Amino acid sequence: MARAVTPQRKATVTVLAWVVGLVIFFPILWTVLLSFKTEADAIGTPWHVLASSWTTEAYATVQQRSDYLHHFWNSVILSLGSTVIGLIIGIPSAWAMAFVPGKRTKDVLMWMLSTKMMPATGVLVPIYLIGIKTGLLDTRTGLVIVLTLINLPIIIWMLYTYFKEIPGEILEAARMDGASLWNEIRYVLTPMAIPGIASTLLLNVILSWNEAFWTLRLTTTNAAPLTAFIASYSSPEGLFFAKLSAASTLAIAPILILGWFSQKQLVRGLTFGAVK
Amino acid sequence: MATAQSRRLARWMSMPAIIVLLLWMVVPLAMTLYFSFRRYNLNYPDRQGWAGWNNYYYFLTDPAFAAAFQNTLVLVIGVLIITVVGGILLALLLDQPFWGQGIVRVLVIAPFFVMPTVSALVWKNMFMNPVNGLFAHAAQAVGLQPIDFLGHHPLSSIVGIVAWAWLPFATLILLTALQSLDREQIEASEMDGAGFGARFFYIILPHMTRSITVVILIQTIFLLGIYAEILVTTNGGPGTQSMNLPYLIAVTTTQQDVGGAAAGGVIAIILANIVAIFLMRMIGKNLES
Amino acid sequence: MTNTARALFGACAVVALSTAAVTAETITVATVNNGDMIRMQSLMGEFNAQHPDIEVKWVTLEENELRQRVTTDIATKGGQFDVMTIGTYEVPIWGKQGWLVSLNDMPAEWDADDLLPAIKGGLTVDGELYAAPFYGESSMVMYRTDLMEKAGLSMPEAPTWDDIKAAAAAMTDKEAGIYGICLRGKAGWGENMAFLTAMANSYGAQWFDMDWNPTFDGPEWKAALTDYLDLMTNYGPPGASSNGFNENLALFQQGKCGMWIDATVAASFVTGDDSTVAEHVGFALAPDNGLGKRGNWLWAWSLAIPAGTQKEAAAKTFVEWATSKEYTALVASKEGWANVPPGTRTSLYENPEYQKVPFAAMTLQSINSADPQNPTVNPAPYTGVQFAAIPEFQAIGTAVGQQFSAALAGSMTADEALQAAQDLTAREMRKAGYN
Repeated sequence: MARAVTPQRKATVTVLAWVVGLVIFFPILWTVLLSFKTEADAIGTPWHVLASSWTTEAYATVQQRSDYLHHFWNSVILSLGSTVIGLIIGIPSAWAMAFVPGKRTKDVLMWMLSTKMMPATGVLVPIYLIGIKTGLLDTRTGLVIVLTLINLPIIIWMLYTYFKEIPGEILEAARMDGASLWNEIRYVLTPMAIPGIASTLLLNVILSWNEAFWTLRLTTTNAAPLTAFIASYSSPEGLFFAKLSAASTLAIAPILILGWFSQKQLVRGLTFGAVK
Repeated sequence: MATAQSRRLARWMSMPAIIVLLLWMVVPLAMTLYFSFRRYNLNYPDRQGWAGWNNYYYFLTDPAFAAAFQNTLVLVIGVLIITVVGGILLALLLDQPFWGQGIVRVLVIAPFFVMPTVSALVWKNMFMNPVNGLFAHAAQAVGLQPIDFLGHHPLSSIVGIVAWAWLPFATLILLTALQSLDREQIEASEMDGAGFGARFFYIILPHMTRSITVVILIQTIFLLGIYAEILVTTNGGPGTQSMNLPYLIAVTTTQQDVGGAAAGGVIAIILANIVAIFLMRMIGKNLES
Repeated sequence: MTNTARALFGACAVVALSTAAVTAETITVATVNNGDMIRMQSLMGEFNAQHPDIEVKWVTLEENELRQRVTTDIATKGGQFDVMTIGTYEVPIWGKQGWLVSLNDMPAEWDADDLLPAIKGGLTVDGELYAAPFYGESSMVMYRTDLMEKAGLSMPEAPTWDDIKAAAAAMTDKEAGIYGICLRGKAGWGENMAFLTAMANSYGAQWFDMDWNPTFDGPEWKAALTDYLDLMTNYGPPGASSNGFNENLALFQQGKCGMWIDATVAASFVTGDDSTVAEHVGFALAPDNGLGKRGNWLWAWSLAIPAGTQKEAAAKTFVEWATSKEYTALVASKEGWANVPPGTRTSLYENPEYQKVPFAAMTLQSINSADPQNPTVNPAPYTGVQFAAIPEFQAIGTAVGQQFSAALAGSMTADEALQAAQDLTAREMRKAGYN
């Protein structure tokens, strides 16, 4: 990259980029700030909010009212569980479609994506009835199954586009050298596929973590994740900005931190085959 | 290259995914189709029977249907325009060298990690509330009348909230595309004296076309089903100004009218598939090459 | 089977049985997220001390969400909840369906005869009590005594709508951020329509005539809606079309409302610690128009047990505890008499300690002045004050609420909203097979 950049230009871009970044991030920042205020202070003018004293009172109230850790663990189990199962089902399928494409491969992929367009609100009662019959309502198992199914198309699509970028010649060369299928997967495919799998995993953990229709409708307490935790604060009651902010911060913090730490891995596979 | 053996193997490997997705599609779809022709209201468990096309008739002639259909399109298209245009601009900006690139990128992608319910709650209460929201405070500070966002501009407000959440996704994908662009090509064009406009329209934009179609495809899938943001902010109102199809179906479900909701579900599936075919054509063309 | 094996087997069975007896039975309670319910959750330590064998899990939801969840569950026999928080609208309908467990066999100490007759009547179907009231409410006028004084006015104990208009005009000072009147505007049959239906009753309007035809095209509804819109546009806060009970409560607590006509339970919040105007709140009956009906409603959040639950005994134990006189005493000892769940028991209002609470008398008077059996000036085919107790009402009420909310937001005129309400109600009633 041999572009000469004048210091003035770099400074201008720096200022502009930081302003834009802070504006986009501001709602989250403001929520975190409000969560460390008393209810009375949180509802005041912005100057008052900044000037008033800090407190963790709201967090104490939230923790007293709802069991954060229980919901947190449910979120972890549901998002990881559904993603891992999705990968187990999705990797072979995407591998086959990428390396041994048939005439219908494209159609099958498109059909898979189209199952995601089914409106959840329209099939709620049928799914609820199935849940009752099978006894899977409000169980992590039931929810892992549903989340796996709704995210599977995205998983396969992402993996497929990533695998397709892996040049087929490398595989053929390995095969010529007499590598068994197992060795082919182990020494050639896996190292090249890991980044794609990692970013698929991350994206799906995020999507499952934030899924807020089925996780609310099919759970009561046992399997209820953080989306249900936040739902119990969704209607205000008296002064509530601080409590709502604290609950919101608690609900998004884990995934936000995960996302920040893994953003490089996330981005690497997030091209959906769009970059040559 | 593929031998008969590897073909057979490949078929076995994609079977599990196809079977589970088929089940996931067929079972609820069959049940939904069945219920859509039934008279089945949870309030009257004893009044059951075939309903003919009644459920479809009442859903399609619902005074809210036209508005919901239109709003669904406005929502999808509005958010797409904002995120694609905004995403291109942001990608161009973040692609420049500047101090603190890593941190700014982290700030920009953050909204993508926020659950829809949380972002809707935060925007509604802390920002758009016309008495205690930050925008109201800001307006008052400069002597303006606070805007009642959700009362007077409900659909645009929701478009804004959703666009905020999806802008990072578009930015990330478009930025990756931009970074894969051949630098020498750009430099060569700079040497030739091509202005920024020319460079953008003849080199950068064509290079990003595939990424843009991918952004459109993936986002459309999610945007067609927007529900939580509407539930939290406006409940579809005032009137039907921010009602979309998934929300209208949810309202039918509130009436405990399983038959009516199922008919709505079938109609929404048909409409979604029309959009899908249209999209696939477009994407297909762009991705084949 | 050898003897040893048999002995082992038997031992295992005994162990299994005895552990089953010791481990706590878990019941799931669905509840609405308002102040009194949240308070009960913080007092669960007392319940656990008395009943170590019952563990209570809470599902706390926003009102509309709660209603959807429990209705789907009870109608599909999902069995997700052992105790449900429902209101005077659901109880008669669900009781008739046979979906609820009768509470006629509650123990004598629980004292069913002590329940306020208006409330108990609303929860009884054919002589069976189907839910235990947790708190009961009517609606009344809450106003700022300091602002009224400043304006040189005084609020009569039983105001008319004209009094309210005059007071709203006098107290409004938009420059200072004070709005003369705050009323519900958020769409929903339990939100703006609860208020508007009760208000319409006092204007002589009603939902249906004796043949189940909607009557939004009549002059009574027009007068009621026009007055509501005038009040709110001229003297109400901005963004009123998205304000429900909770939003208005926050506004009143911050001192931004001159008057607020809403649930009587709000009285303890506007005079409580969170309120910046606690010292200056007065109470009056909901207004009337001289037609014999006041614009107040009647509601009771109640605990009911779905038929078919496996844990009926544990659920009953919990319901008994939560709605008992002892629970009231417990709250009084921890948080003061002003904070006990109001509006359910005669004994509470006879208690001299409670009579000292400033809003006690007005609450009782409001509850007693509501008549769910004859809610309207002219005869109507339905019961229920701020609703019509038919299953379809929930959907129709919310759809009509959307129209009136749009009228408040200014995107429709009153006439357009009434016409739309008339059409969609007629359509829904036709669809449901009434006419």
